[in-house]
Amino acid sequence: MSTKLYLGTRKGLIHVERGPGGWEIKRTSFLGVPVPMLLPDSRDGRLIAAVEHGHYGGKLHASGDDGSTWTEIAVPVYPQGEEPVICAMSQKPIPQSLEKIWALEAGGADEPGVLWCGTVPGALFKSADGGASWQIVEGLWNRPERKEWFGGGMDWPGIHSICVDPRDSRHVTLGISCGGVWDTRDGGATWNLLGKGLVADFMPPGEQENPNIQDAHRIACCASNPDHFWLQHHCGIYYSTDAAKTWERIHSADPSDFGFAVAVHPHDPLTAWFVPGANDDRRVPVDASLCVMRTRDGGKTFEPLRNGLPQHHAYHLVYRHCLEVTGDGNTLAFGSTTGSVWISEDSGENWQRLSADLPPVYCVRFG
Amino acid sequence: MPTVQFTANLARQTNAPPCEVMGGTVRECLDAVFALHPALRGYLLDDQGAVRKHVVVFVDGTAISDRMRLSDAVNPASEIFVMQALSGG
Repeated sequence: MSTKLYLGTRKGLIHVERGPGGWEIKRTSFLGVPVPMLLPDSRDGRLIAAVEHGHYGGKLHASGDDGSTWTEIAVPVYPQGEEPVICAMSQKPIPQSLEKIWALEAGGADEPGVLWCGTVPGALFKSADGGASWQIVEGLWNRPERKEWFGGGMDWPGIHSICVDPRDSRHVTLGISCGGVWDTRDGGATWNLLGKGLVADFMPPGEQENPNIQDAHRIACCASNPDHFWLQHHCGIYYSTDAAKTWERIHSADPSDFGFAVAVHPHDPLTAWFVPGANDDRRVPVDASLCVMRTRDGGKTFEPLRNGLPQHHAYHLVYRHCLEVTGDGNTLAFGSTTGSVWISEDSGENWQRLSADLPPVYCVRFG
Repeated sequence: MPTVQFTANLARQTNAPPCEVMGGTVRECLDAVFALHPALRGYLLDDQGAVRKHVVVFVDGTAISDRMRLSDAVNPASEIFVMQALSGG
């Protein structure tokens, strides 16, 4: 089982470990600097951290000794000299400069050194050398549909979910806010716009089913059955059994189908967890009563899991990268915008609060 | 030769020692600094080579006017100072 947990927060990286007495905060890295994304790379044991200096921009650092020492590595750089795209929604030019590292994933076990990085404004970068250099993925960047993407919550579109197929490293699926669900079958050379069945309720009639503007808050696939995907969409929860090509909207969420995060059981595609908020207008727990919501039957039914979670005047929101499950499917952790982190070691039945005194949490990952 | 100095706040993040460099514009002087300290470039300039939104460059006590191309002139006695604008919380 995992014994390390990493928290990317508004004020740095917080290292958590499980000892004989349970989970404890051990130390920090980059204290004072926002850490929007983390990647513990199981292939080589490195830990990679995105840091976001308010004045000096986003950077990437790598550690080979679990964060005791760090080395700055290259950061993705946008193409120079291109005419900027005018955002379809705001009618403002989208900056061609890195604003946020919003997704960081390892390539397959058969491609050591390959890393994928999703960014705001919406672009995908790939490294073949462990982050010593990055190349923009032109097959996606040059697609005309990119010019229709727009920001959801943030000013600009962003790529936040990158799912590498464990059976075939060339098959990679993306979630984009707001740019729908895409995949490549050839390692990034060509891309397919997916998402049949997704509906953006907030769009004008005629545009609601346009797959290219869907606000996919977070997508995750089942590690042992990677054709099965779960999607927490801005307008609800969706399930796909055909590798994200078509989606079924799930109407049985209890207490709510609004939220950002989703985690899928690594061995059981019918089991997934969510942390619901009330709705788009009220992004706090339903009745200010916090729960994690679990389905174990592919979305036919859901159960709110509340043991150990605050049930009165709890105003936590959980961002899209802040709910994680370990490889055995037993241990989960999630962190909130109001600086609490909870851990469960029994698939969500019972929760223990690690701390209520943390900065806003941006990213939760097990090592 | 013009001198280039950096806020101590930046020196805490990356190697940013004071330098004496050749150059007739801010761009030429900073490019000379970046040749010595390549990692510094991305801390001061964005991906298109403009001064980052929350970074300010002064020449002899006056903030530069051309933040895109950094064409402001400097003379051999000029002092260039790079600091962070106040932001955040």
